[in-house]
Amino acid sequence: MTVTLLAERRRAAVDTTAARGRNRSRPRIAPWYFTGPAVALFAVFFAYPLVASLVESFQREDGTGASWAGLANYERLFSDPLVGGALLNIGLILVIQVPLMLSLALVLAQVLNQSWLRLRSTYRIGYFLPAVTTLVAYTIVFRVLLRADNGVFNQLIGLVGLSPVDWLNDPFWAKVALIASVTWRWTGYNMVILLAGLQAIPKQQYEAAAVDGAGPVSTYLRVIVPQLRPVILFCLITSTIGTLQLFDEPYILTEGGPDNATLTPVLYLYQVGFQQLDFGYASAIAWLVVAIIGLLSFAQFKFLGRRS
Amino acid sequence: MKRLTHLPLIAGAVISLFPFYFMIIAATHRTEDLFASPPPLLPGDRFGENLHRLEETVGFSQVAFNSIAIAVVYTVLSAALSAMCGYGLAKYRFRGRGLILAVILATMMIPFQVLLVPLFEMMATFGWMDSYQAVIVPFLANAFGIFLMRQAFLDFPTELIEAGRIDGSGELRIFYRIVLPAARPQLAAVVIFTFITQWSNFLWPLLMLNSEDKYTIPVALSTMIGQTKVDYSGLLLGSFAATLPIMLVFLIFQKQFISGLLGGSVKG
Repeated sequence: MTVTLLAERRRAAVDTTAARGRNRSRPRIAPWYFTGPAVALFAVFFAYPLVASLVESFQREDGTGASWAGLANYERLFSDPLVGGALLNIGLILVIQVPLMLSLALVLAQVLNQSWLRLRSTYRIGYFLPAVTTLVAYTIVFRVLLRADNGVFNQLIGLVGLSPVDWLNDPFWAKVALIASVTWRWTGYNMVILLAGLQAIPKQQYEAAAVDGAGPVSTYLRVIVPQLRPVILFCLITSTIGTLQLFDEPYILTEGGPDNATLTPVLYLYQVGFQQLDFGYASAIAWLVVAIIGLLSFAQFKFLGRRS
Repeated sequence: MKRLTHLPLIAGAVISLFPFYFMIIAATHRTEDLFASPPPLLPGDRFGENLHRLEETVGFSQVAFNSIAIAVVYTVLSAALSAMCGYGLAKYRFRGRGLILAVILATMMIPFQVLLVPLFEMMATFGWMDSYQAVIVPFLANAFGIFLMRQAFLDFPTELIEAGRIDGSGELRIFYRIVLPAARPQLAAVVIFTFITQWSNFLWPLLMLNSEDKYTIPVALSTMIGQTKVDYSGLLLGSFAATLPIMLVFLIFQKQFISGLLGGSVKG
């Protein structure tokens, strides 16, 4: 026992000297040629603005300059109906759109992973293609398709006898339109990620499950889902973050309207900061978004990530 | 039974592809005809006319040039920085490495909107408002790209680097001649992903660029929406132009494109 310990210690000592020797032969400045430029950029354009934004969220700005405002901006968050409305809108989109999209993506990934299916890769490309559009461009297309007055979509539902809907000017349907367009854009993207996850599951496991007499349902629940859990979690967290940062779509599709029905926190931040030029309050809104993203990601990680 | 799965799959594919189809078709018709019933479903003959009008109203060739120039310059610089920083982090042990990795992780988790106000003020202080560098420089250090390149370089055999040192090559030369060529596929993924992110970027260029001849395509399109009589054909033609390069890149480089999107989310 003692002998082995001593031997180990000696070996460790030799290792450190060897490591030190190696270190000496290696250039000491070299790592900084490589990392220095990026580190400098991060310091100037990430670390500094991050701190500045936090400081600014405690400040009030008027024509003459900034003054300390204490918690005033944060107190205002709680009494501002537009903040409440924006959070409610985004919360609604979060609980409807994200599960809808991820289950759709999961089903599609599962089906398009079947080796007996013909034209698999054609379908994959077809479903993935919406993910290669610029956000502004695809939203413009939806704006045109969803026009109340003889837009293509209203003409289509007219064919089955439904009356036209004022998609973009009715508070309820505007939310539906936003959810539909975001789902159209991102389902295929999540499908591809889930498909890659499915393909990483070794084939032998399916065979083993079959040998054990597991049917398709129990194979799915006991073999596929547990292994896919980290990938599903990844999709869930990135989709949650993406939804909480929603800006381009409501800006182009509805401009946050009608009557703020599609106002999102980031769109509100943009209005407060860059249209009303209230930088202090805009910073407080930004930190609210950061806090919510942090909390939700943490909760999802904690509740869903554990068993992986 | 198995054949029946094609029915819902085809229906889904139609939903998935129709907006593309409509965008392309609409670019060849007059705005008035887009809302006729039935709507146009076959190509028309107004493409040239629409393009001409788009050129007159928003200076489309200039705007497209701006988009390309910004995306290309950004991609080259950002990918080079990613590769270098990724290599430094993967193959050297040095003081501060842990801190750099932590900062990179933080930049990926903290939404960039929190930086908007201070960055905006910084650009004003630098006198960079309404310039290309204001769009390009603040986001050159790209955590995702650095991370992806670092993962690629971790697998590179250290013995080869040591061999290069023994041969008397300098560190930069070893990187450029020996290490970088081996990571070409990952570098391609970073290049494609970076290009597309910048090409599609909207909020930041919207804040930075305010003279029309400096607009990028998304910013120019967004201003067309605010006009009293919206030129929908022109808008959809512009949207098609905004989509085309990404679509082509995707169809040519599917594999790298997708590995760029996955960005280490799936360990294969």
